[in-house]
Amino acid sequence: MSRAALLVLADGRFPAGGHAHSGGAEPAVAEGRVHDADSLADFCRGRLHTAGLTAAALAAAAAHGLDPLALDAAADARTPSPALRATARRLGRQMMRAARATWPSPELDALAAARPRGAHQPVVLGLTARSAGLGPEDAAHCAAYETVSGPATAVVRLLSLDPYHATAVLARLAPETDRVAQAAAEAARRGIDALPAASAPLLDITAEAHAAWPVRLFAS
Amino acid sequence: MHLGHTHDGPAAVSADATRPDGTRRALRIGLGGPVGSGKTATVAALCRELRDRLSIAVVTNDIYTREDADFLLNNAVLPPERIQAVETGACPHTAIRDDISANLEAVEDLEDAVGPLDLILVESGGDNLTATFSKGLVDAQIFVIDVAGGDDIPRKGGPGVTTADLLVVNKTDLAPYVGSDLERMALDAEKQRGGLPVAFTSLTSAEGVGPVADWVRARLAAWTA
Repeated sequence: MSRAALLVLADGRFPAGGHAHSGGAEPAVAEGRVHDADSLADFCRGRLHTAGLTAAALAAAAAHGLDPLALDAAADARTPSPALRATARRLGRQMMRAARATWPSPELDALAAARPRGAHQPVVLGLTARSAGLGPEDAAHCAAYETVSGPATAVVRLLSLDPYHATAVLARLAPETDRVAQAAAEAARRGIDALPAASAPLLDITAEAHAAWPVRLFAS
Repeated sequence: MHLGHTHDGPAAVSADATRPDGTRRALRIGLGGPVGSGKTATVAALCRELRDRLSIAVVTNDIYTREDADFLLNNAVLPPERIQAVETGACPHTAIRDDISANLEAVEDLEDAVGPLDLILVESGGDNLTATFSKGLVDAQIFVIDVAGGDDIPRKGGPGVTTADLLVVNKTDLAPYVGSDLERMALDAEKQRGGLPVAFTSLTSAEGVGPVADWVRARLAAWTA
């Protein structure tokens, strides 16, 4: 594997649409649950072990070479909120565009043709990692890290939180992020039926409410 | 970004002049500029001026999602299916320059849904003087400033003022009331822009958006030539 390719894919500047999404942080800020660095850390930890673990396992499974369409269906089954399913597919379509420009492959072309409106983002992320010559652990790390880096970046904008404090939150979560990615990659090796289905009901509920806000800064 | 080969399925790259089915895509023109300079009003006026002869669609990049799209809808400049709002996560300049994926999807969806289109106007949310559009997203860009924002803006320069394919200085009717010197703005703009065109507009006057519309027609003629 190329460690540099992993950095390109994991870079927050990778142009795959993530910048417009808060990962549920915008409603959490509005409701006062996230108001400083400590509450941001709690939010990120919760998301990491639920939505993060599930996304990381899907990404690892796609990188491992499991059928992306079966994984897409598995992702649907693990995403009870229609708003979050729509978000995941929109981001998957955006990731696919960046992936086909950066690491083109017949497998990406096939998934793009089968899901022109977008497959679930973690599945596309995993397949992108595979096309870049990366392994399941790498894909899982990318997906797990994204679930915490997205909200942290969004909260810097939403609360004018000190960016050093937000980045320190991510640094302190790094060992946990490693463990979640490891567990996700191990599950992916046991096959599609072994993939975790952890979810965060409050994130699902607030995502539905947020999608109906008339005025918001982030798309999700 | 061209990779020198083609794929089946949806377009993988951004600036290709043809769509996956081989037809020529619409000319895409970006409109950027500071808050309140009249970007949305210029888009509305352009739509009114050009819609009888051209098939047009608009993509808006609001800071607060649908404000600009709703303005265009409420003023009925285009049918609703021809206007799409892109959400920008508090950073409109990111969505038009650094990560253009959501905007590319919006322009492709519009071509699929209401095409064939001649022209797609991509409006940025009101942003700072450094905001410019990626060449992967638009073929040409217009930067809209106004006389009330201060007549020193052309002199100060910045990527929008110096590099836009057309600089529009709007609200010239207000110049006497805000003490702005139009001649000085024109001289400064010429100095900063090395011969690139500048249009002075007053959307409330009889001439209105005319100079901008003429420029768009010329770009379109070059695009389809």
